[in-house]
Amino acid sequence: MSDTSTPAPAPGAAHDAHGGHETNYVKIWGILLALLVVSVVGPMLGHPVLTMVTAFGIAFVKAFLVIKYFMHLTVEKKYIGLLLLTMLAIMLVFVAGVAPDVMKHEGQRWTNTAAIEAVEKGLKANEAAGHGEHHGEAPAEAPAAAPH
Amino acid sequence: MSSFPRPIATTRSATGISTGKLAVWWLIASEIVIFGGVLGSYVMHRIGHPEWASQAEHTNTWAGALNTFILLTSSLMAVLAHQAAEHKDGKKAAKFLYLTILGGLMFLTVKSIEWTNEIHHGFTLTSHTFWSFYYTAAGIHGVHVIVGLIIMAIIASDAKKGIDLQRVEAVGLYWHFVDIVWIFLFPLLYIAK
Repeated sequence: MSDTSTPAPAPGAAHDAHGGHETNYVKIWGILLALLVVSVVGPMLGHPVLTMVTAFGIAFVKAFLVIKYFMHLTVEKKYIGLLLLTMLAIMLVFVAGVAPDVMKHEGQRWTNTAAIEAVEKGLKANEAAGHGEHHGEAPAEAPAAAPH
Repeated sequence: MSSFPRPIATTRSATGISTGKLAVWWLIASEIVIFGGVLGSYVMHRIGHPEWASQAEHTNTWAGALNTFILLTSSLMAVLAHQAAEHKDGKKAAKFLYLTILGGLMFLTVKSIEWTNEIHHGFTLTSHTFWSFYYTAAGIHGVHVIVGLIIMAIIASDAKKGIDLQRVEAVGLYWHFVDIVWIFLFPLLYIAK
Protein backbone atom coordinates (compact mmCIF):
# COMPACT_ATOMS: atom_id res chain seq x y z
CA MET A 1 0.00 0.00 0.00
CA SER A 2 1.12 3.47 -0.66
CA ASP A 3 1.92 5.53 2.38
CA THR A 4 -0.60 8.30 2.77
CA SER A 5 1.14 10.12 5.57
CA THR A 6 3.76 12.84 5.29
CA PRO A 7 6.80 11.37 6.98
CA ALA A 8 9.34 13.97 5.89
CA PRO A 9 10.08 16.55 8.54
CA ALA A 10 7.62 19.36 7.82
CA PRO A 11 9.66 20.90 5.04
CA GLY A 12 9.78 24.65 5.14
CA ALA A 13 7.91 24.73 8.42
CA ALA A 14 10.17 27.50 9.64
CA HIS A 15 9.99 29.24 6.33
CA ASP A 16 6.52 30.45 6.88
CA ALA A 17 7.47 32.25 10.02
CA HIS A 18 9.46 35.44 9.76
CA GLY A 19 10.01 36.78 13.22
CA GLY A 20 7.02 34.90 14.52
CA HIS A 21 4.61 36.30 11.91
CA GLU A 22 3.37 34.56 8.82
CA THR A 23 4.26 36.42 5.64
CA ASN A 24 1.39 38.34 4.12
CA TYR A 25 1.73 36.87 0.65
CA VAL A 26 -1.18 38.84 -0.76
CA LYS A 27 0.54 42.07 0.27
CA ILE A 28 3.75 40.97 -1.51
CA TRP A 29 1.66 40.13 -4.57
CA GLY A 30 0.10 43.62 -4.43
CA ILE A 31 3.57 45.20 -4.34
CA LEU A 32 4.63 43.06 -7.31
CA LEU A 33 1.60 44.22 -9.30
CA ALA A 34 2.30 47.86 -8.43
CA LEU A 35 5.87 47.39 -9.66
CA LEU A 36 4.52 45.81 -12.85
CA VAL A 37 2.41 48.90 -13.50
CA VAL A 38 5.46 51.15 -12.99
CA SER A 39 7.57 48.98 -15.31
CA VAL A 40 4.96 49.36 -18.07
CA VAL A 41 4.16 53.04 -17.57
CA GLY A 42 7.75 54.25 -16.96
CA PRO A 43 9.09 53.45 -20.47
CA MET A 44 6.05 55.18 -22.02
CA LEU A 45 7.50 58.51 -20.89
CA GLY A 46 10.23 57.97 -23.48
CA HIS A 47 13.28 58.84 -21.39
CA PRO A 48 16.06 56.25 -21.91
CA VAL A 49 17.39 56.42 -18.33
CA LEU A 50 13.89 56.22 -16.89
CA THR A 51 13.19 53.22 -19.14
CA MET A 52 16.31 51.46 -17.88
CA VAL A 53 15.39 52.11 -14.25
CA THR A 54 11.67 51.34 -14.47
CA ALA A 55 11.89 48.35 -16.79
CA PHE A 56 15.14 46.62 -15.86
CA GLY A 57 15.77 47.98 -12.36
CA ILE A 58 12.27 47.01 -11.29
CA ALA A 59 12.69 43.54 -12.80
CA PHE A 60 15.50 42.95 -10.30
CA VAL A 61 13.33 44.24 -7.44
CA LYS A 62 10.46 41.97 -8.48
CA ALA A 63 12.81 38.98 -8.75
CA PHE A 64 14.22 39.78 -5.29
CA LEU A 65 10.72 39.88 -3.77
CA VAL A 66 9.79 36.53 -5.34
CA ILE A 67 13.07 34.94 -4.22
CA LYS A 68 12.83 36.30 -0.65
CA TYR A 69 9.13 35.94 0.11
CA PHE A 70 7.83 33.22 -2.23
CA MET A 71 10.92 30.99 -2.48
CA HIS A 72 12.08 31.76 1.09
CA LEU A 73 15.71 31.66 -0.02
CA THR A 74 16.81 33.94 2.83
CA VAL A 75 15.79 31.34 5.42
CA GLU A 76 17.10 28.40 3.38
CA LYS A 77 20.46 26.72 4.07
CA LYS A 78 23.27 29.10 3.14
CA TYR A 79 24.86 26.76 0.62
CA ILE A 80 21.76 26.96 -1.58
CA GLY A 81 22.28 30.70 -2.00
CA LEU A 82 25.97 30.10 -2.68
CA LEU A 83 25.09 27.45 -5.25
CA LEU A 84 22.83 29.86 -7.13
CA LEU A 85 25.38 32.68 -6.91
CA THR A 86 28.03 30.34 -8.33
CA MET A 87 25.80 29.69 -11.34
CA LEU A 88 25.26 33.41 -11.81
CA ALA A 89 29.04 33.92 -11.66
CA ILE A 90 29.58 31.22 -14.30
CA MET A 91 27.04 32.98 -16.49
CA LEU A 92 28.82 36.31 -16.04
CA VAL A 93 32.15 34.70 -16.99
CA PHE A 94 30.50 33.47 -20.18
CA VAL A 95 29.13 36.93 -20.97
CA ALA A 96 32.44 38.63 -20.17
CA GLY A 97 34.30 36.20 -22.41
CA VAL A 98 31.96 36.51 -25.37
CA ALA A 99 30.91 40.18 -25.10
CA PRO A 100 33.89 41.71 -26.95
CA ASP A 101 33.19 39.53 -30.00
CA VAL A 102 29.46 40.13 -30.04
CA MET A 103 29.02 43.70 -28.88
CA LYS A 104 31.95 45.21 -30.76
CA HIS A 105 32.35 44.93 -34.51
CA GLU A 106 35.99 45.91 -34.82
CA GLY A 107 39.17 45.84 -32.78
CA GLN A 108 42.89 46.52 -33.15
CA ARG A 109 43.56 43.76 -35.65
CA TRP A 110 40.12 42.56 -36.66
CA THR A 111 36.94 43.79 -38.29
CA ASN A 112 33.60 42.04 -38.43
CA THR A 113 32.48 43.37 -41.78
CA ALA A 114 29.32 41.26 -41.87
CA ALA A 115 28.11 42.76 -38.59
CA ILE A 116 28.99 46.31 -39.63
CA GLU A 117 27.13 45.86 -42.91
CA ALA A 118 24.15 44.34 -41.11
CA VAL A 119 23.92 47.33 -38.76
CA GLU A 120 24.27 49.87 -41.57
CA LYS A 121 21.77 48.08 -43.79
CA GLY A 122 19.32 47.68 -40.93
CA LEU A 123 19.52 51.31 -39.84
CA LYS A 124 19.03 52.47 -43.42
CA ALA A 125 16.00 50.20 -43.79
CA ASN A 126 14.58 51.58 -40.53
CA GLU A 127 15.09 55.12 -41.72
CA ALA A 128 13.41 54.36 -45.02
CA ALA A 129 10.50 52.79 -43.17
CA GLY A 130 10.03 55.94 -41.11
CA HIS A 131 11.44 54.92 -37.72
CA GLY A 132 8.86 52.40 -36.71
CA GLU A 133 5.70 54.20 -37.71
CA HIS A 134 4.62 50.90 -39.19
CA HIS A 135 3.02 48.24 -37.09
CA GLY A 136 1.87 45.84 -39.72
CA GLU A 137 3.71 43.33 -41.82
CA ALA A 138 7.31 42.26 -41.42
CA PRO A 139 9.72 44.05 -43.77
CA ALA A 140 10.01 42.36 -47.15
CA GLU A 141 13.77 42.19 -46.80
CA ALA A 142 14.83 41.60 -43.24
CA PRO A 143 18.24 42.93 -42.19
CA ALA A 144 21.06 40.43 -42.27
CA ALA A 145 21.48 38.06 -39.39
CA ALA A 146 24.01 38.28 -36.61
CA PRO A 147 27.71 38.25 -37.43
CA HIS A 148 29.65 35.01 -37.72
CA MET B 1 0.12 -6.35 -4.71
CA SER B 2 1.76 -3.33 -3.21
CA SER B 3 2.56 -0.29 -5.29
CA PHE B 4 6.05 0.94 -6.11
CA PRO B 5 8.31 1.68 -3.14
CA ARG B 6 8.47 5.31 -2.14
CA PRO B 7 11.48 7.08 -3.65
CA ILE B 8 14.23 7.63 -1.08
CA ALA B 9 14.26 11.35 -1.91
CA THR B 10 10.79 11.58 -0.43
CA THR B 11 11.92 11.13 3.13
CA ARG B 12 15.69 11.38 3.32
CA SER B 13 17.31 14.58 4.52
CA ALA B 14 21.07 14.06 4.59
CA THR B 15 21.94 17.72 4.07
CA GLY B 16 19.43 19.49 6.28
CA ILE B 17 17.10 19.89 3.32
CA SER B 18 14.84 17.09 2.11
CA THR B 19 16.61 15.47 -0.83
CA GLY B 20 13.69 16.10 -3.17
CA LYS B 21 13.75 19.83 -2.48
CA LEU B 22 17.55 19.88 -2.79
CA ALA B 23 17.15 18.30 -6.23
CA VAL B 24 14.83 21.12 -7.25
CA TRP B 25 17.39 23.69 -6.10
CA TRP B 26 20.01 21.92 -8.24
CA LEU B 27 17.59 21.95 -11.15
CA ILE B 28 17.08 25.69 -10.68
CA ALA B 29 20.87 26.17 -10.51
CA SER B 30 21.26 24.46 -13.88
CA GLU B 31 18.36 26.46 -15.31
CA ILE B 32 20.13 29.69 -14.36
CA VAL B 33 22.89 28.79 -16.79
CA ILE B 34 20.45 27.75 -19.52
CA PHE B 35 18.28 30.88 -19.38
CA GLY B 36 21.26 33.05 -18.45
CA GLY B 37 23.07 31.90 -21.58
CA VAL B 38 20.13 32.67 -23.85
CA LEU B 39 19.31 36.02 -22.26
CA GLY B 40 22.98 37.03 -21.99
CA SER B 41 23.48 36.30 -25.69
CA TYR B 42 20.34 38.26 -26.54
CA VAL B 43 21.41 41.31 -24.51
CA MET B 44 24.86 41.32 -26.10
CA HIS B 45 23.37 41.15 -29.60
CA ARG B 46 20.83 43.89 -28.84
CA ILE B 47 23.63 46.19 -27.72
CA GLY B 48 25.71 45.36 -30.80
CA HIS B 49 22.75 45.74 -33.17
CA PRO B 50 20.78 48.94 -32.58
CA GLU B 51 18.81 48.28 -35.75
CA TRP B 52 16.94 45.44 -34.00
CA ALA B 53 14.81 48.07 -32.28
CA SER B 54 12.63 48.25 -35.39
CA GLN B 55 11.82 44.56 -34.98
CA ALA B 56 11.30 44.73 -31.21
CA GLU B 57 8.66 47.42 -31.59
CA HIS B 58 6.32 44.83 -33.09
CA THR B 59 6.06 42.80 -29.89
CA ASN B 60 2.83 43.34 -27.98
CA THR B 61 3.65 45.05 -24.66
CA TRP B 62 0.11 44.59 -23.34
CA ALA B 63 0.14 40.85 -24.00
CA GLY B 64 3.49 40.64 -22.19
CA ALA B 65 2.15 42.70 -19.28
CA LEU B 66 -0.99 40.56 -19.06
CA ASN B 67 1.13 37.42 -18.96
CA THR B 68 3.33 38.95 -16.25
CA PHE B 69 0.20 39.65 -14.20
CA ILE B 70 -1.01 36.08 -14.76
CA LEU B 71 2.30 34.51 -13.75
CA LEU B 72 2.72 36.73 -10.68
CA THR B 73 -0.80 35.74 -9.59
CA SER B 74 -0.12 32.05 -10.21
CA SER B 75 3.05 32.39 -8.11
CA LEU B 76 0.89 33.75 -5.30
CA MET B 77 -1.36 30.69 -5.64
CA ALA B 78 1.70 28.41 -5.52
CA VAL B 79 3.00 29.96 -2.31
CA LEU B 80 -0.47 29.79 -0.75
CA ALA B 81 -0.53 26.09 -1.67
CA HIS B 82 2.81 25.71 0.12
CA GLN B 83 1.41 27.50 3.16
CA ALA B 84 -1.61 25.18 3.21
CA ALA B 85 0.68 22.14 2.89
CA GLU B 86 2.66 23.34 5.90
CA HIS B 87 -0.58 23.39 7.84
CA LYS B 88 -1.16 19.80 6.66
CA ASP B 89 -4.25 20.89 4.73
CA GLY B 90 -3.85 18.79 1.60
CA LYS B 91 -7.24 19.68 0.11
CA LYS B 92 -6.57 23.39 0.40
CA ALA B 93 -3.07 22.92 -1.01
CA ALA B 94 -4.53 21.02 -3.97
CA LYS B 95 -7.10 23.77 -4.53
CA PHE B 96 -4.37 26.41 -4.74
CA LEU B 97 -2.27 24.18 -6.99
CA TYR B 98 -5.23 23.82 -9.36
CA LEU B 99 -5.53 27.63 -9.39
CA THR B 100 -1.82 27.81 -10.20
CA ILE B 101 -2.41 25.41 -13.08
CA LEU B 102 -5.27 27.60 -14.28
CA GLY B 103 -2.86 30.55 -14.31
CA GLY B 104 -0.36 28.53 -16.34
CA LEU B 105 -3.05 27.58 -18.86
CA MET B 106 -4.13 31.22 -19.17
CA PHE B 107 -0.50 32.20 -19.75
CA LEU B 108 -0.18 29.64 -22.55
CA THR B 109 -3.47 30.78 -24.10
CA VAL B 110 -2.33 34.42 -24.24
CA LYS B 111 1.03 33.29 -25.63
CA SER B 112 -0.53 31.18 -28.36
CA ILE B 113 -2.86 34.02 -29.46
CA GLU B 114 0.09 36.40 -29.47
CA TRP B 115 2.33 34.06 -31.46
CA THR B 116 -0.41 33.26 -33.95
CA ASN B 117 -0.86 36.96 -34.60
CA GLU B 118 2.87 37.56 -34.97
CA ILE B 119 3.42 34.61 -37.30
CA HIS B 120 0.39 35.73 -39.33
CA HIS B 121 2.12 39.11 -39.82
CA GLY B 122 5.30 37.44 -41.06
CA PHE B 123 7.38 37.60 -37.88
CA THR B 124 8.66 34.03 -37.80
CA LEU B 125 11.58 32.19 -36.26
CA THR B 126 13.65 32.76 -39.41
CA SER B 127 12.50 36.25 -40.46
CA HIS B 128 15.13 38.07 -38.37
CA THR B 129 17.67 37.22 -35.64
CA PHE B 130 15.59 39.23 -33.16
CA TRP B 131 12.63 36.95 -33.77
CA SER B 132 14.91 33.89 -33.52
CA PHE B 133 15.86 35.02 -30.02
CA TYR B 134 12.27 35.97 -29.22
CA TYR B 135 10.80 32.58 -30.13
CA THR B 136 13.72 30.64 -28.65
CA ALA B 137 13.70 32.39 -25.27
CA ALA B 138 9.91 32.53 -24.92
CA GLY B 139 9.63 29.01 -26.35
CA ILE B 140 12.04 27.46 -23.85
CA HIS B 141 10.17 29.31 -21.12
CA GLY B 142 6.85 28.02 -22.47
CA VAL B 143 8.13 24.45 -22.40
CA HIS B 144 9.04 24.96 -18.75
CA VAL B 145 5.50 26.19 -18.08
CA ILE B 146 4.01 23.09 -19.73
CA VAL B 147 6.31 20.72 -17.80
CA GLY B 148 5.49 22.56 -14.56
CA LEU B 149 1.77 22.21 -15.20
CA ILE B 150 2.03 18.45 -15.74
CA ILE B 151 4.11 17.91 -12.58
CA MET B 152 1.83 20.21 -10.60
CA ALA B 153 -1.27 18.29 -11.70
CA ILE B 154 0.28 15.04 -10.43
CA ILE B 155 1.30 16.63 -7.12
CA ALA B 156 -2.11 18.29 -6.69
CA SER B 157 -3.80 14.96 -7.22
CA ASP B 158 -1.68 13.42 -4.43
CA ALA B 159 -1.98 16.45 -2.16
CA LYS B 160 -5.76 16.19 -2.35
CA LYS B 161 -5.42 12.78 -0.68
CA GLY B 162 -2.87 14.10 1.82
CA ILE B 163 0.01 12.23 0.16
CA ASP B 164 3.53 13.68 0.06
CA LEU B 165 2.62 17.24 0.94
CA GLN B 166 6.30 18.21 1.04
CA ARG B 167 6.27 18.05 -2.76
CA VAL B 168 3.99 21.09 -2.87
CA GLU B 169 6.89 23.29 -1.78
CA ALA B 170 9.27 21.65 -4.27
CA VAL B 171 7.02 22.25 -7.28
CA GLY B 172 6.34 25.76 -5.95
CA LEU B 173 10.06 26.56 -6.02
CA TYR B 174 10.20 25.47 -9.65
CA TRP B 175 7.15 27.57 -10.52
CA HIS B 176 8.54 30.69 -8.83
CA PHE B 177 11.73 30.26 -10.85
CA VAL B 178 9.69 30.08 -14.06
CA ASP B 179 8.00 33.29 -12.90
CA ILE B 180 11.38 34.99 -12.28
CA VAL B 181 12.58 34.08 -15.78
CA TRP B 182 9.47 35.75 -17.22
CA ILE B 183 10.06 38.81 -15.01
CA PHE B 184 13.31 39.31 -16.97
CA LEU B 185 11.95 38.21 -20.36
CA PHE B 186 9.19 40.81 -20.17
CA PRO B 187 11.36 43.98 -20.21
CA LEU B 188 13.92 42.40 -22.54
CA LEU B 189 11.46 41.32 -25.22
CA TYR B 190 8.48 43.63 -24.76
CA ILE B 191 9.70 46.92 -23.27
CA ALA B 192 13.16 47.45 -24.78
CA LYS B 193 11.86 48.87 -28.07
